[in-house]
Amino acid sequence: MTSAEPLLSVRDLKVHFPLDEGLVRAVEGVSFDVAPGQVFGIVGESGCGKSVTMKAILRLVEPPGRIVGGQILWRRPRQAGEASSQTEEIDLAQLERNGREMRSLRGAEIALIPQEPMAAFSPVHTIGDQIREAIVLHQSVSQREARRLALEIFHDVGMPMPEQRLEAYSWQLSGGLRQRAVIAMALSCNPRLLIADEPTTAVDVTTQAQVLRLLRELQARRNSAIIFITHDLGVIAQMADYVMVMYLGLVMEQGPVDDIFHAPKHPYTQALLRSIPSVNSTPRAALPTVSGSLPHPFNRPPGCPFHPRCPQFMPGRCEAAVPELLPVGPRQMASCFLYQAAEVPA
Amino acid sequence: MAAPAANATPPAVLEIKRLRKYFPIRKGLLQRVAGQVRAADDVSFAIRQGETLGLVGESGCGKTTVARCILRAYRPTSGQLLFYTQSGEVVDLAQLSRPALRPLRRQMQMIFQDPYGSLNPRMSLFDIVGEPLLVNGLRSRQARSERVAELLRLVGLPPEYAQRFPHAFSGGQRQRIGIARALALNPRLVVADEPVSALDVSVQAQILNLLLELQQRLSLTYLFVAHNLGVVKHFCDRVAVMYVGQLVELAETQALFRRPRHPYTAALLAAVPAPDPRVRSGAAELKGDVPSPASPPSGCYFHPRCAHAVDACRSERPAYREIEPGHFVRCHRADELNLEGIAQ
Ligand SMILES: Nc1ncnc2c1ncn2[C@@H]1O[C@H](COP(=O)(O)OP(=O)(O)OP(=O)(O)O)[C@@H](O)[C@H]1O
Ligand SMILES: Nc1ncnc2c1ncn2[C@@H]1O[C@H](COP(=O)(O)OP(=O)(O)O)[C@@H](O)[C@H]1O
Ligand code: SF4
Ligand code: SF4
Ligand SMILES: [Mg+2]
Ligand SMILES: [Mg+2]
Repeated sequence: MTSAEPLLSVRDLKVHFPLDEGLVRAVEGVSFDVAPGQVFGIVGESGCGKSVTMKAILRLVEPPGRIVGGQILWRRPRQAGEASSQTEEIDLAQLERNGREMRSLRGAEIALIPQEPMAAFSPVHTIGDQIREAIVLHQSVSQREARRLALEIFHDVGMPMPEQRLEAYSWQLSGGLRQRAVIAMALSCNPRLLIADEPTTAVDVTTQAQVLRLLRELQARRNSAIIFITHDLGVIAQMADYVMVMYLGLVMEQGPVDDIFHAPKHPYTQALLRSIPSVNSTPRAALPTVSGSLPHPFNRPPGCPFHPRCPQFMPGRCEAAVPELLPVGPRQMASCFLYQAAEVPA
Repeated sequence: MAAPAANATPPAVLEIKRLRKYFPIRKGLLQRVAGQVRAADDVSFAIRQGETLGLVGESGCGKTTVARCILRAYRPTSGQLLFYTQSGEVVDLAQLSRPALRPLRRQMQMIFQDPYGSLNPRMSLFDIVGEPLLVNGLRSRQARSERVAELLRLVGLPPEYAQRFPHAFSGGQRQRIGIARALALNPRLVVADEPVSALDVSVQAQILNLLLELQQRLSLTYLFVAHNLGVVKHFCDRVAVMYVGQLVELAETQALFRRPRHPYTAALLAAVPAPDPRVRSGAAELKGDVPSPASPPSGCYFHPRCAHAVDACRSERPAYREIEPGHFVRCHRADELNLEGIAQ
């Protein structure tokens, strides 16, 4: 249906951390496409591999963590030269993680708003210096122009007293202002893909509303795509076009936001959506939680990773094999045996 | 005085009267006082026995300052903190010296936001949860270890974990450890400053359920500081809204969400994204910034951002008053405005 080629295609991505105590399979075969201009939401419990997937795309997985399989296909306008196709495709998984190509791409074409805003800035340089440095590094502009751009972007993100704030250190700002500075930093080079890892979990609703508007504007103005990781159902509902649900390093379900909210297919999606308190939930009633707890990363259950907690577990089937991610609707996919006909024994 | 009705309001555990906490702003080489940050500025409210009172407002509005004054981590600049002790006495915490506070401290405990930062990484669970017991004179290791085991079971952790260290636990488990420690001395009032905002949603639900269950079992009273209005709506009996060091509204949760009486509360509610893609919350966004508590605006502190401001709002400070039984508001126009809340 979509005419445009995806901007990013992740195929069967695997990222492992070989630790002394055992092997952590943080990402165990994840595939998805992000279209240009799309807001792609990712939800899932803590530790399910959301951040590691994003770090893999940016090639920022910390050793001993390593991409052990799969492709990360990034499509971009062909840089020069007259080839038949106008776009080129590079596999980020094959690039040198700190090579020239990855360094010029990171921050410029793909930018990150990290989960911990403190991590985005060095404490020993002013915020302004760091933003100007990023601008000069990726765009060939003068220091003077970089200063003007930095100030402009501070205005854009609604930073009060922007001139003074450029001269501040990150630790001098409140949580909300620090988050705006982080977003300013991420936007400073007009990325085509912005990865926002829980960008508003720590900020007020009012700041959140401003941040979300800002991200939506950027996306509309520049047709940038956004990968949005959040735990806030309201934020996902209002921001995302398409949603992917992860569990233990695997994709449980993905589909258009309306289907995920109004016709979730996977038992995990159904349980997860019920457990989130919202302004519409019943006051002071116990929230339905996903029963049981997340297995330890060293002890992945065999078969469907959700089977020990699944209310619809089918003995003999669900623990015997890992269900494939298959279509369950026009644009919706789920990895669950409930939607897959059992093999007829010969 | 008439006999109390059957459904009379429960008695207060703590009554806060005109609480002020100013921080001096020091400048220059001599560190001369150049001004005051009015972090809490004339705050009055009561926390009732057995209830959960939510305290909400934008970052920097003074929530933590109020919480820290109550626990006397800060000495209030002025005002009263009337605490109704277990034995029925009324003491003003604001006036007490540190030694005099000591026996009362155990009746009030705090749960912190950051389950990572608030536990000493070099202490085992036994030491962390048992420390308040030891400090309060429970010297026998055997008795302590029994009490620690009981507390761990209470918060849903296997007592066998007592010899482990915090790094071995997930965020949700660490928050359980923090709760066990806070409950060690049977407090009556638990002040929870953003206890679930650093946690993952599915874990958030578990911790909120645990806090609800513990409240019923141990008849606890909670002051619950939060910025997630979904969590507040779910968890609190009454909600107080703060803006630049002041309370602007306080009411029963349902009433406040259904029909807010202060334009700031209405703006906060409008900013909550609807958890349904079919409902577009293209809400009018609150423009401008929170004013600095060092130099608040004239008149109503909210007037530079208020869509309903009139001349009087710029010059006259609105009084904090009871507009309906149990519903308090600080706005000149509260009677005439018809503000939109969140239905349900
Ligand atoms: N540096 C690391 N060393 C070892 N294991 C790691 C490392 N980083 C992540 N992991 C493991 O990889 C898995 C996925 O982690 P990840 O941080 O991606 O989860 P997440 O979904 O982003 O969780 P959260 O919402 O808490 O941030 C977890 O089991 C985690 O413990
Ligand atoms: N120790 C302090 N010294 C000076 N100013 C402070 C101190 N603690 C808090 N403040 C100021 O008081 C105001 C309220 O802060 P706080 O209570 O932390 O708000 P909240 O908890 O709502 O984020 C802020 O303007 C903050 O900068
Ligand atoms: S495959 Fe089986 S265990 Fe897994 S989610 Fe589906 S029904 Fe549940
Ligand atoms: S007093 Fe005036 S400015 Fe303040 S909230 Fe009410 S209407 Fe708005
Ligand atoms: Mg993460
Ligand atoms: Mg605070």
